[in-house]
Amino acid sequence: MTDIILETKGLTKHYGGVHALSDADFVLHKGEHVAIMGDNGAGKSTFVRQITGVEQRTSGTIRFDGKEVNFSGPIRAREAGIETVFQTLALADDLNVPDNLFLGREITMCNWLGPFRLLNYRAMRQATLEGLERTAVKIPNINNTIQNMSGGQRQCVAIARTATFPSKLTIMDEPTAALGVQETEQVENIIRTLKKAGDPLILISHNMRQVMDLVDRIVVFRRGRIVANLNRDETDGQDVVAYITGAKTGAEYEGAA
Amino acid sequence: MAESNHGTGGLKFDKKKIGWPNELNIFIALIIIILIFEALGQSLPYMKDQSFLFDTRDRFDSIFNEARLRIIILQVSIIGIIALGVTQVIISGGIDLSSGPLVGASAMIVMSFAQTELVNGGPNPKAVFGEWAFDLPVLIPVIIALAFGALIGAINGSLIAFTRIPPFIATLGMFLICRGIAQAWTRGKPVSFPTEGYAALGSGMMPVYWFIGLAILFHFVLKYTLYGKHTYAIGSNEDAARMSGINVQRHKVMVYMVASMLAAFAAVILSSKNLTAQSGMGIFYELYAIAMAVIGGVSLTGGRGSIIGTVLGAMVFGVIQSGFTYIKLDAYYQLMAMGAIIIGAVVLDKVRQERAALRT
Repeated sequence: MTDIILETKGLTKHYGGVHALSDADFVLHKGEHVAIMGDNGAGKSTFVRQITGVEQRTSGTIRFDGKEVNFSGPIRAREAGIETVFQTLALADDLNVPDNLFLGREITMCNWLGPFRLLNYRAMRQATLEGLERTAVKIPNINNTIQNMSGGQRQCVAIARTATFPSKLTIMDEPTAALGVQETEQVENIIRTLKKAGDPLILISHNMRQVMDLVDRIVVFRRGRIVANLNRDETDGQDVVAYITGAKTGAEYEGAA
Repeated sequence: MAESNHGTGGLKFDKKKIGWPNELNIFIALIIIILIFEALGQSLPYMKDQSFLFDTRDRFDSIFNEARLRIIILQVSIIGIIALGVTQVIISGGIDLSSGPLVGASAMIVMSFAQTELVNGGPNPKAVFGEWAFDLPVLIPVIIALAFGALIGAINGSLIAFTRIPPFIATLGMFLICRGIAQAWTRGKPVSFPTEGYAALGSGMMPVYWFIGLAILFHFVLKYTLYGKHTYAIGSNEDAARMSGINVQRHKVMVYMVASMLAAFAAVILSSKNLTAQSGMGIFYELYAIAMAVIGGVSLTGGRGSIIGTVLGAMVFGVIQSGFTYIKLDAYYQLMAMGAIIIGAVVLDKVRQERAALRT
């Protein structure tokens, strides 16, 4: 029994002639928080989209939780235990917080009614409050619809959704890119909660302070390739920037960029 | 999103944004419209002090002009049944233009299975089928209607969900197909003389009871069932719904099936009420049904609206129609005014949405 939760070998994605991602070898251990950094177009989001099945990879293998996987779509990935917060928040604006949290996995009663089975609003509300409490997210009124919420609250709802349900791996794609200081702090608190609970996380972020604060390891992408794999304790911001800009390339990735 | 940059944090919350349901606005609008007609009735020189909705003949049993109220409710109830289905389609982000012709086609087909054998002692002069189709139990034509509606809805829904044709185009095609079916069924001849049981379905105030009953049922369905929640979710953000694991395609087929079944049922009630079916039945019904929903606050962009709103929208629709007749507005101008009101309702919805977008 290994403690590797996710492993990719030679993961490659071409969009026509564009090599968005080439030969990505990546390992994530149980309980580990890893940041993925890199310039725009470096292949970070592409990498995540291949893992979560949003797109189908050109070549390479993905092993998740000890098994080789081939997700046909994000739903399959979620069923397998990968929860993702996408850059474009997948929230329904006209629904309130519990509805969004439980979208697609509602708690229902009278299941013999098939598609017309009844919603158990009380149970979902209760579970939502517990979930929000666990993740320390403060939303004043969970009956408010998403469209009446600030960007930070929306982001918190999206993240609380991934954190409310038991998952084996959480992926966040720039969760704080559009947020203010206070809201960013809330999101970071959620991430710390995940760490405490021992849930592994892949965090895509541009925020160096945040990355240095939160994660164990930093993987740098450049021009569709992984160019560095750094332990947080053995590196510093300047070092990481050098890899991001291409001034430096990791020893084991010679010739990559 | 932009607001978050001010660093005010994610914790502020304006209580005023909830607690004022849109339905209340429509109800107020309904009252205002009634008052406007009431005032017009008092002030227009040719009206001779008639009242619009109130009893002016000093009877003690009622303060309302019951006859007019009854006509208003009766007038909207059949199109209202269609509007209940159209409401669901619009909430899911689609549109259904085929409901009016579907009423015509369903009425023709269904009436053929609801005929009596003997009319005034002689054979039925409008008979469509042979002897086997006479005097069938009333359940049979109703089931045939629902099955036909389900079939048309399934075709609509499948076209929209699987081939990704815009709903407008798919249902516009079905609009023509259904009108064609209605005319081809008997080569344009009306179908008449239903059985007593069938005639009872839509006699008297029965259409109103059906409308109210179905409205309550679908209010419940939209608000408290998985089907309803997913309908709102798909209309609100289809990608989010898909990513959340909702089978969007299957659900869309279901929504259009429910809508078409309601339209076909409306055809049963209409043909039963009129004791005849004609291929031209249901002209403009699809537009009136959409108008009722839109006036009732169902957003054409999807995700928002309610059955209560649509019922109120139907009442507004009926009151305006009846009011125009009351102030003796020419039928041609009535149609024009109706069109203006529908455009007004959509504009209002747009303004409301833009205001909502500004808030966040």
